[in-house]
Amino acid sequence: MASSETALAAGQRARGLAPFLRSQMRNIAPFLTLIFLSAFFAFASPSFATLDNLGNILTQVSVTGIIAVGLTFVILCAEIDLSIASIANVTGIAVAYFTLQESYVNIANIPLPGAAAIILSILLCALLGLVNALGLTVIGIPSFIMTLAMMQIAAGISALLVRGQIAYKVPSLITTLGSGSIGGIPWIVIVAAVMLLGGHLVLTYTRFGRYVYMVGGNREAAEYSGLNVKLILGAVMVISAVCSGIGGMLGVAHFGSAQQNEFDTYLLDSIAAVVVGGTSLFGGRGGIGNTIVGLFVLGVLNNGLDHVNIDSFLKILIRGLILLAALVINVYAQRLREKAAE
Amino acid sequence: MPAGQQPILELQGITKSFGGVEALRGVDFALYPGEIHGLVGENGAGKSTLMKIIAGVHTEFSGRFLIDGRETHFRSARDAHAAGIAMVHQELSVAPDLTVAENVFLGNQPTNALGLVQWRRMAREAGEQLARFGIDVDPMSRLGDLPIGLQQLIEIARVLFSGARIVILDEPTSALSPPEVERLFATLRRLREAGTSIVFISHFIEDILLVSDTVTVFRNGRKVAETTSAATSKGALIEAMIGRGGEALEHSYTDDLMLPQPSDSPVILKVDQLSLSRSLKDISFEARAGEVLGIYGFMGCGQQELSRVLFGKLKPDGGTLAVEGTPRTFASTAAARRAGVALVPESRRDMLFHQEPVYKNISIGILDRISALLLKPTEERDIAKRQVEQLQIRPPVVGLDLGMLSGGNQQKVALAKWLTYPPKLLVLCEPTRGMDVGAKNDVINIVRDLRARGLAIIVLSTEPETVLSLADRILVLKRGAVVREFSNEPVSKDRLLEAA
Repeated sequence: MASSETALAAGQRARGLAPFLRSQMRNIAPFLTLIFLSAFFAFASPSFATLDNLGNILTQVSVTGIIAVGLTFVILCAEIDLSIASIANVTGIAVAYFTLQESYVNIANIPLPGAAAIILSILLCALLGLVNALGLTVIGIPSFIMTLAMMQIAAGISALLVRGQIAYKVPSLITTLGSGSIGGIPWIVIVAAVMLLGGHLVLTYTRFGRYVYMVGGNREAAEYSGLNVKLILGAVMVISAVCSGIGGMLGVAHFGSAQQNEFDTYLLDSIAAVVVGGTSLFGGRGGIGNTIVGLFVLGVLNNGLDHVNIDSFLKILIRGLILLAALVINVYAQRLREKAAE
Repeated sequence: MPAGQQPILELQGITKSFGGVEALRGVDFALYPGEIHGLVGENGAGKSTLMKIIAGVHTEFSGRFLIDGRETHFRSARDAHAAGIAMVHQELSVAPDLTVAENVFLGNQPTNALGLVQWRRMAREAGEQLARFGIDVDPMSRLGDLPIGLQQLIEIARVLFSGARIVILDEPTSALSPPEVERLFATLRRLREAGTSIVFISHFIEDILLVSDTVTVFRNGRKVAETTSAATSKGALIEAMIGRGGEALEHSYTDDLMLPQPSDSPVILKVDQLSLSRSLKDISFEARAGEVLGIYGFMGCGQQELSRVLFGKLKPDGGTLAVEGTPRTFASTAAARRAGVALVPESRRDMLFHQEPVYKNISIGILDRISALLLKPTEERDIAKRQVEQLQIRPPVVGLDLGMLSGGNQQKVALAKWLTYPPKLLVLCEPTRGMDVGAKNDVINIVRDLRARGLAIIVLSTEPETVLSLADRILVLKRGAVVREFSNEPVSKDRLLEAA
């Protein structure tokens, strides 16, 4: 039986390299993009391909990476979370709000011990995620609209907390993790790596992870298999919010300040990282591995454009075009795979 | 039949095959002006294929196609439409969020010189048209707020009044109440007087006999009889559809089959007075351990909804469910599964993951039994291998993507999913539909084996053969209500069709 299985599996592959490659398009294309971009910038600028610059890139994508972990779960379920950046922002502001600020900071805040500040902030983002979850599963609001509302709600809470002012201090643990380093490696890179690894382990080796893929692959079938689809969808929305919150707290420490609209660019960057990496917008395909490749593509692109002499306004357009290309590949890859399966 | 008159539509020697399987073999068909022509035949006999050729949906076929005596070849449904042919499909195709008037004028709303829609005129004309049909609704109300039967009547009205010369109605009466059917027939007769030709497909033979002038019977892709309604009877038509003494392919179930004595084993499921809007009406029955309960009825009789209610996918409006004496209200499919109910729906696409390997498809329903937190891939594969071996799934490779398997083998995977930890009640919808004889027999044997292991099994099907080959007791469902129970008595295909 074992031998017949190997033979058949081989047969499946031997139907031709082309169908196999086509079915793997979503994994191959982002990787080729990464190699191409790296080679291009290394050729175009001598300062790009250095160890120092690799460190820069890693640090630059860390906050996006932390947020993208949770977003990967959401997109694998064929949902979307547009509130990630706002939730990151409000959580970062909250942790500063609960910390004693210098006297010149004009915010009527509530100073608490560091541990309490961190726990309260985590609870806040978990709560906002829970509201997303309930709106999506109990009321039945599409995630696109639900999280659009949450984006505004979280921004509103942020505004009320800081009232146009800027806070600087966060608990020392957050300061260390956000801006400190150990043995030359920034803590924020380590945190991002640990969270990405954790996300990968959960998705690959736990029952919950399997359910996430199955719900995304065919929600109807998941329901007909007796899975509690709503519970799983609710859980991924909370996971996404908590990851965003952690990214927000460390981001505030990393930037050295907490203020309104600080994370606005992270919404697009995080979605782009997940999608450029090849996780299917239709759910069920992809994973943290793809997200990591996507993060590097984005990081190399953002960083590399700074190394070559290019109009800084043109950079924005180029990023948009690259994202569009990735979306085309994403949708196209799905179609190719469906064809290969027939 | 109007002798000497030229047919408005004539088909000669039409043959059509799908991937090597012939759906139509040398069919001749003629439709005359001002004629209502009924079509009957079992599922897959070729009625719908022929109608889709006429409506320009299928454009590849061999044979001659004449309209008004001139040879024609449609390249699309649009061509057919231009030639005055309109079809109402079995499934509703209305826009529920638009108004009644917009639906009636879908695609050709009256506009003024600026191209703006003339709402008042549209509402008035829609109201007039519907009134001729005996439908009295506010043309500006949202279509989706109306009962399904009324929606269907409005869709039919739209097509009937679109000015088409040939109108094809596929199962138009399955969702209609008796007075609605009456209204439809009255309109059809009026249109006939005005010279419109109508093709009427239905499983309800009484309806066909009541309204049509001519009846054509299909069997296995052939036209086997054509007669006037006046000269035939329900019995004769059923006989022609089934083909008594004809090709002895498999067991044809034309002879009486004796159902066993009612079992007195414990009641697993008790359903009392179950109702669901317009789909189910006061349904009560019991399913017992070690017994297969067959539920037979035509398409749209409420089987699908019933199975969904039993598995917690649809919430009933009234009535109670009890599993082993404990009253249950299933809030979700997960709750139904925990209570020991399993469902295999009629569409495999709905319950299988085509892009995932076979073993993940088999283990998905039982993962919580074999792993608390971490997956156990080896155990999963072992379980899947045992199932694949037991059910003889081909090829026997648990790592293969499900989409690579044939339909019959996919159906076995759908069953395998529930068999590692057998449920108390297994609900199977159309378990053998679209399968070849070998796979069909395999599935039948699996179900019999499960019955012997003491499961309560409910088989719902629109194919009499499926129900007859499996059931110990048979309920007949008609327009959402149980109209007949067969138990401890002789039953045959004729008797089932007669009851439905």
